[in-house]
Amino acid sequence: MKSVVVRFPGSNCDEDMYYALKDLGLAPEFISAQSDASLDEYDAIFLPGGFSYGDYLRTGAIARFSPIMAAVQTAAAQGKIVVGICNGFQILTESGLLPGQLMMNEVPGFICDETELVINQKTSAFTNAYTAEQILVPVAHADGRYYADAETLQRLEDQNQIVFKYAENLNGSENRIAGITNEQGNVLGMMPHPERAVETLLGNTDGQNFFKSILATVAAQGVN
Amino acid sequence: MRENVANPMVNEPTPADIQTTQLYEQWGLTPAEYDLIVEKLDRLPNYTETGLFSAMWSEHCSYKKSKPVLRTFWSKNERVLQGPGEGAGILDIGDDQAVVFKAESHNHPSAVEPYEGAATGVGGILRDIFSMGAQPIAVLDSLQFGDIQSKQTQRLVDGVVAGIAGYGNAIGIPTVGGAMNFDATYQHNPLVNVMAVGLLDQKHLHVGKAEGAGNSVLYVGATTGRDGIHGATFASVEFDSNEDQNRSAVQVGDPFMEKLVMDATIRAIREFGDSIIGVQDMGAAGLVSSTAEMADKAGMGMTLDLNQVPQREAHMTPYELMLSESQERMILIVKKGHEAQVQQVFNEADLNAVVIGEVVAGLDYQLRFNDEIVADVPVDFLTSAPKVNLPQVKPARLEQATTEQYQPDVSQPTQVLTQLLAQPTIASKASLYRHFDSSVRTDTVVKPGGDAAVIRVRGTQKALAMTTDINSRYTYLNPYIGGQWAMLEAAQNIIATGAEPIGITDCLNFGNPDDPEIYFELAQSVAGINEVAQKINTPVISGNVSLNNETDGTAIYPTPMVGMVGLHTQTDHITTIKAKSAQDAIYLVGQLQGQFNGSELQHMQIGAISGDLLPIDVDYAQGVQQKVLQAAQQQLVASSHDIAEGGLAVALSEVLFGTTFGATVNVDAPIEWVFAEAPTQFVVTVKPEQQADFEKLMSTDAVKLGDITNDGQFKLIATNGQIDAPVATLESVYKDSLCQQLQ
Repeated sequence: MKSVVVRFPGSNCDEDMYYALKDLGLAPEFISAQSDASLDEYDAIFLPGGFSYGDYLRTGAIARFSPIMAAVQTAAAQGKIVVGICNGFQILTESGLLPGQLMMNEVPGFICDETELVINQKTSAFTNAYTAEQILVPVAHADGRYYADAETLQRLEDQNQIVFKYAENLNGSENRIAGITNEQGNVLGMMPHPERAVETLLGNTDGQNFFKSILATVAAQGVN
Repeated sequence: MRENVANPMVNEPTPADIQTTQLYEQWGLTPAEYDLIVEKLDRLPNYTETGLFSAMWSEHCSYKKSKPVLRTFWSKNERVLQGPGEGAGILDIGDDQAVVFKAESHNHPSAVEPYEGAATGVGGILRDIFSMGAQPIAVLDSLQFGDIQSKQTQRLVDGVVAGIAGYGNAIGIPTVGGAMNFDATYQHNPLVNVMAVGLLDQKHLHVGKAEGAGNSVLYVGATTGRDGIHGATFASVEFDSNEDQNRSAVQVGDPFMEKLVMDATIRAIREFGDSIIGVQDMGAAGLVSSTAEMADKAGMGMTLDLNQVPQREAHMTPYELMLSESQERMILIVKKGHEAQVQQVFNEADLNAVVIGEVVAGLDYQLRFNDEIVADVPVDFLTSAPKVNLPQVKPARLEQATTEQYQPDVSQPTQVLTQLLAQPTIASKASLYRHFDSSVRTDTVVKPGGDAAVIRVRGTQKALAMTTDINSRYTYLNPYIGGQWAMLEAAQNIIATGAEPIGITDCLNFGNPDDPEIYFELAQSVAGINEVAQKINTPVISGNVSLNNETDGTAIYPTPMVGMVGLHTQTDHITTIKAKSAQDAIYLVGQLQGQFNGSELQHMQIGAISGDLLPIDVDYAQGVQQKVLQAAQQQLVASSHDIAEGGLAVALSEVLFGTTFGATVNVDAPIEWVFAEAPTQFVVTVKPEQQADFEKLMSTDAVKLGDITNDGQFKLIATNGQIDAPVATLESVYKDSLCQQLQ
């Protein structure tokens, strides 16, 4: 198992993600978003949180044009695990790898907190190691309100693509959506930060099983 | 038209015009200072040179008025690797690591333009940290606002909170603590003090020195525009409500740019540290201050070619280029011949990295522009504003005050507690701190809401505790005791988390020092801080002064903010406020005193504060603090909380908030005293099986008050009255009051 964290200019959760992956045995490396190298050697690709390119235009809107994104598209099409957390989720929707859009929170302003998430799909590539119904996960965003048109929302529900829902809708997301996958189930975007919840010292380990689920998924795929 | 473009300086007043119109006075230079410049240069200074002196000799850059007092600060012990005078101070924390910290004020800009003022306050202090070669790991904000009910305060709170969030969250350094107070004294002069803390491998330590003739002056980061020109001078004058506030003197921040500059600077130091002689950020008085200070510290001269400075706007003059306070810019002194590799690091991040000059032998500070010398002054003269020794007079209010105590009305104790919990000073600030990312970097062990924030040092067993403290009502009533108290309060907050206090920084916020009464307050506060700093072995390693915080002749309360850092040698020692389980015993550590002068209760009941403070026995305080620290280090405490504003009753309530527990306690004192305020008191809870060991250690310094219960009820019985209320009711008041009052 090898994983990689894509660093965009302005990413600021890249090291947090790296340490979480390392601690949980996903053997991470870093790659610059400016790189046009292939991602063939990696089993899982992580787009971390932050403010890529300052997010001055619209969150993720510039990052999607980064040279690395072509390789991310290829990896997604090959069925590899692709995860976008927070700004990473915004980049995935901007680049069309996931449907919908992340908008400004219903009550404008940045929210840093811990919030209960309902695990809406227990067998997904990202949740199969969880036994709990709900987990407590940190959130830290100003633009986390998930929006999609009614037809898309219905399709997400019907095709079991909504992996995480907020127990309480803290940012006004449609259908309380906190995290979704693509139709194939290998690309996930979520606003909350499981990588901030993997250590006892920091008071929350509910994120560990997120990474263990990915480990199990990759192992089951029998690659590398 | 073309001629003007070629020489944008053509419309500048001549040296003779400057002298006859006394233009320099608008820039803050006094006639005596101007005359001294003329005498030393043996000619009239031109427009650019007059600008350089006015900025460098402003109080903000030169500390000319506060220096006699600042010099008294005790700033050396076995841990100090760098004391005051650099970007930030540095303390040894073992394992060849060091903690770097400093606080800075951004009061004047935040009053005028709260979002940008606060945002650039964060940006500026972070540059001070990474200019030393350190990775910033945390930011704290000490904020003082006016009356919470006023529209003006609400606008300022919104702007300042959004500015801190907008900059700190984006750059990805957690905002982990600080304080937020409300008092009418800050109505027209809000205070925005920002403290930043960094972690340094000692081998990467760099200071701001321009050594070695022939070495290059490398400008890195953002371009130079016309923003913030004369910000340092602006920060050194008081406000007049009849005049328009000086918006163009406020800078504009770009956290994305700063993140790139920060990461590239740290990378350059780590990879090419031997080629980098000195690093300094361009803060107040921008290019002139950074380059002149670096040259002066090394005893060298410098020549700069201003045509090389990356520019954001057309036709900028030397005056504008030198005094601009555009953000996110740094100066590096790089060994001759090693420039390319350092420049490459910045270029890879799409940043400017341009050689704009060189270090020269001698002490000439020379600026070239369009092939002409546009300024030529001795650098040691430029950086040495004439000292000012100001008179001190004890204010009349202090002469008349006695320690006879205000007698509060506590006929309904439960109601008094509920009212206190709703006071903006005491009520939870969680609804505002929620806008700050406190957990990015995944090192935050104790988040905002604790006595002090705690950040672990990844890869070690160590952690760092940090806090900011000041209660200016105390310093107003007695500047010396208030200064002592601020120190003890900070130390208590650090110790309550289980850490040993190791050093402090400060922001000295005062009115106009030319007023002898204000200068007395400054000198006395510093003396009080200094006495305790020496006694508890916390050297003053950095700091900042903000004077002239007054409007229409009325000054703020003296507000010497103390920022303290503590060291945990073991993360196992980290202790938090909240009660952990029922049956744990509750102890009062330290002694209750019937002190109500300056208390929250006095302010709440009569809308003012008055009287003198009781003297503090610092030796006793230190002894008690040491014992509490030992108890934490021996892991004898389940929870620990400092008793501060609102007294024992408020502190006990806070121990229960966020839990399902209650408490039943008996206090052998009048009910009034559970709301009294005095330094050196803690509430500690202890597991039943550890009570004997705890009591043995504490001896007479701790008294058992009662137990944590399962019933969710707070019952406190004193000799002449009692409190009895559901914790949930108290907690909803505590949690919701601030939001309600800000709407």
